[in-house]
This record gives sequence, structure tokens and C-alpha cells, in this order.
Amino acid sequence: MIEIERITKTYGDVHAVDAVTMTAQTGTITVIVGTSGSGKTTLLRMINRLEEPTSGEVRIKGQSTLATEPHLLRRRIGYAIQGHGLFPHYTVARNIGAVPELLNWPKAKIRARVDELLNLFSMDPAEFRHRYPAELSGGQQQRVGVARALASRPDLMLMDEPFGALDPIIRARAQDDLRRIHKALGSTIMLVTHDMEEAIRLGDRVAVMDEGKLIQHGTPAEIIAQPANGFVADMVGDVERPLRLLSLIPLSDLVEDGAAPGDALPAEASLRDALAACLWTGRNAVPVEHDGAVVGRVTFDAIRARAQIHP
Amino acid sequence: MSIGTILRPGLTLLLLALVLKPAWFAPVFAPLAPQGAPVIYERASLLSLSLSHLGLVAAATAAATLVSVTLAILVTRQAGAAFRPLSRTIANMGQTFPPVAVLALAVPALGFGAGPTLVALFLYGLLPIFENTVTALLTLPPATMEAARGIGLNRWQRLVRVELPLALPVMLTGIRLSAVIALGTATIGSTVAARTLGEVIIAGLLTNNTAYVLQGGLIVGLFAVLIYDALVQLEAYLARRTRG
Repeated sequence: MIEIERITKTYGDVHAVDAVTMTAQTGTITVIVGTSGSGKTTLLRMINRLEEPTSGEVRIKGQSTLATEPHLLRRRIGYAIQGHGLFPHYTVARNIGAVPELLNWPKAKIRARVDELLNLFSMDPAEFRHRYPAELSGGQQQRVGVARALASRPDLMLMDEPFGALDPIIRARAQDDLRRIHKALGSTIMLVTHDMEEAIRLGDRVAVMDEGKLIQHGTPAEIIAQPANGFVADMVGDVERPLRLLSLIPLSDLVEDGAAPGDALPAEASLRDALAACLWTGRNAVPVEHDGAVVGRVTFDAIRARAQIHP
Repeated sequence: MSIGTILRPGLTLLLLALVLKPAWFAPVFAPLAPQGAPVIYERASLLSLSLSHLGLVAAATAAATLVSVTLAILVTRQAGAAFRPLSRTIANMGQTFPPVAVLALAVPALGFGAGPTLVALFLYGLLPIFENTVTALLTLPPATMEAARGIGLNRWQRLVRVELPLALPVMLTGIRLSAVIALGTATIGSTVAARTLGEVIIAGLLTNNTAYVLQGGLIVGLFAVLIYDALVQLEAYLARRTRG
């Protein structure tokens, strides 16, 4: 569990971060979202003490971060940033193994961990281990950057706009990868972004920041359905609210018995996908499949009814 | 095939021949020597003069590298930033002092011989290395430096594992400039009795023997060209390794 308590950072008279208190449960993804200058990055950087807080404290598993030397603290916290920040003079394997090397893991253990992570990110170790970052595509560099942050199995992983430099298609893949890896490893992640879409897609919890203050902290559904103020509502976007809400609900929630024409959608797909399929192909219902077998259908009316119930 | 692949071994062979078998070139230089004067310099072996010349240059460049890089590291730390303008001024002063003036001033203190030449070459070599190292250390990729801190490298580890390796190609450019300047400047050292290839040139100038001047000049020139080229190759190799 990560507890942030009344943490504050002031530069002169400006409160970059103003008495933010929040808690992140172990094994969850918390996304901190805000416009530039909202203090979200400063908040993140105070967790691993890249910025020293003016006041307040952060506790990881009950232990204050102020109790450890900053560089030793950072070795226990994964850190991935926009533009990956890989070491250009290290191979992929040395980049990923950088933190375990600092922690004096035996060589064989580091090598095994590097291969395990490369496999996890669908990169063939034999092919990529000895390459230099300059020889990778942008998406691959970013994956190696995240793999480096995960290498020592940290208690907590901090990600600062990790997908900001990627083009939209690769970004969506990287987000899916992150969700999948998070499910597989159960790590605790705090991620900063300016993109509400990304926040809703990735976050178990979303924290909205503005002018250094934490405005709202809740599940994506709460943020969409009950924005705390006009700023949060603006971030969510009025027009897109119903669609964003539907994007959070899997088809398995509304599946009913019955047949429907056309191609089936997987049960994990969202109601937004089903709505799009209905509109695009002029159907009133779509079939739902699970493990390759059709298990029922979701109707257009059911989706419309669901969009009107605000949690 | 590039022109370098032919030129490089060709020039190396020419240089070796000039240094080891100067007698071969007697017919070439003969028209340039005054009537009846010796054509080939024989008062000292050209090999030992070359080695002594290169030794002086290497020692001075090594010392200049050590001092400049240390200074550059210190002034690029947060605590040393205030000294950056001052250290720049000092390095610049080393460059503006004419080497001949340094020789003249150093002789009373250090006597004749290699000492004053070393001092002059050292002072002259500081600026390019210092400036290049400072520039390289201040323009490292910000994302890489942020990540280096973020994953838990301490100051020393950041310097040794990330900053210096990434700065190395640009640092080497400075060292290359210093070495080549020193190779040429070292010839003046012979005016204060340092054993360098300048001896051959000065002997030629004193006796009006163009053959000597050309012989000495050619050897120094070839050394400079070949060392310059070797360091360029090394930089290119390192730069390929470190470009992100």
C-alpha cells in the first residue's frame, strides 16, 4: 500500500503540489491525470524523491520514504519515463539488467530475468538481447524502458507519460501490454498522463489534479458519471461521457440468451465496441462469444438502457 | 572502396621509410640541398628524434587531458557551476599565450631541454579538451540522465557509467585537436634544446638547406595526418556505439 500524506512542494510562492493526500492499494493501477502545470509529474517525482517534498510524507508498505537514502530508495521503485531514457551505450540486456546489477544479483539470475521480461514483452531474447537501443523501433524502445523498470520486481512502479512519444496505434498496443503485464505480475503502478482516455483505459483508480490540488480520486466510472467539478467534467468531455462510460463495461455484464446475426464479439470487449458494431452494420444485436463459442447476444436496447443508469 | 583505404597504408609506408631509411630519399632531396652540403640529416637518428617528439606530445597531451577532464567534471557538477566562467578564462589564457613566449618564460625556471616544451604544450593543449568535455557533459540526453537518477544510480555511478562514456566521442575530438596542435608546436621546442623533429627543420633553416627543412616538415606532417585520421576513426566507432 502506498500512502501519500499532505505532500506539498513549493517553488518560491507557487504551490506546485498542494497538500495532496491519497492512498493506492497494492496491486492496482492509479492514474494521475491533469493538464500541464497541474503538478502531476512533481507529485510522482516526490514519491521516489527525484524531487524532495517541502512538507508531508510518502509511506510505502508503512515505511516512510524519508527513512532511506534517495538512490537506494529508487532502486526499489521502478521508473519509466516518456522517451524511454535508455542508456544508448548499453545493449538491451544491460539496460534491462541495470537495476538488478546495482542490487548485486548473480549474473545467471540477471540473465534469466532479462530473458523472462523480453519474452513477456513479445521480444525474442536471442534476437534482441545484444542490440543497442538505436537499433530498435520506437515501440520496442518503450517496451525495453518498461522492462527495465520492472526488472528487479519493485514494490511500486512509477510511470511518467510512458506512452507519450508513441503514435496512436502503437500507444494502444503498449496500453494493452501494460494491462496484460499488470495482470500477470500484480505490480502496483502509479502512472501520470494528460490523456483522460488513457486514464480511463488503464486506471483502476483515477486521480484528477489541477493547480497542484487533488480534485477527485475515484474509479473511472465515478469520474465519468459524477465529476466533482467543471474542470473534471471538461477533462472527461461532455459529448463523450456516455461512450467513455460504455467503454468501461464488458459485454459479459449484459449478455442475454438469444441469437443475433453477423460476426461475434469477444465477451471481454466493451459495450462501446458493441454499440459501434450495431451502428456500423445496422444490426439491433450482436452475438457474444467466449473461448470461441457463442454464449448469447447483447442488444442495442440493452446498451441504451445501460447508458442511462449512472452508477 | 574509399580513398582512405589506399591512402592510409600508402602514407604509413612513406612515413616509415622516411624515418627508418632516410638514405633512400637522397636522390629526391638532392636538388634542394645547397651545392656540396649533405642531403640527408645525419647528426641524430631520425627514429630517436621521432620517438622523443611523439613522447613529448603524448606526455603533454596526457597531462592536459587529465587536468582538463578533471576540471570539466568539477565545473559541470552543481556545486562547481559557479567556477565555470573562471575556469574557462584560465583555459583561454593558456591558449592565447604564444608557445614561443611560454618557452622563453619557462627556460629561466626550468632550464633548457624538454621541460619548458612540456609546459608550453600542456598549456596549449588545455583549452580544446576542456571546452569539448564541458560541452559534452552539459548536452547529454536529458531523458537518459533522468532515467539514470530515477533507477537509482548514485552520483559517482552516473558519472562513470553514463556521463563519461556518453561524453567520450566529443571529448576525444578535443584530445585530437590538442594532440595535433602539440605535434606541430613541439617542433619549436628544439629552439630550447628539446629533442624533437624540429631539430632537423631548424638545422635546415640555419644552413639554408631546404632538403633538411622538407625532410623534417614532411615527417611531422605525416605523423599529424595519420594520428588525426586514427583518432577520427576511433571517434566514429565510439559515436556509433553511443548514438541513441
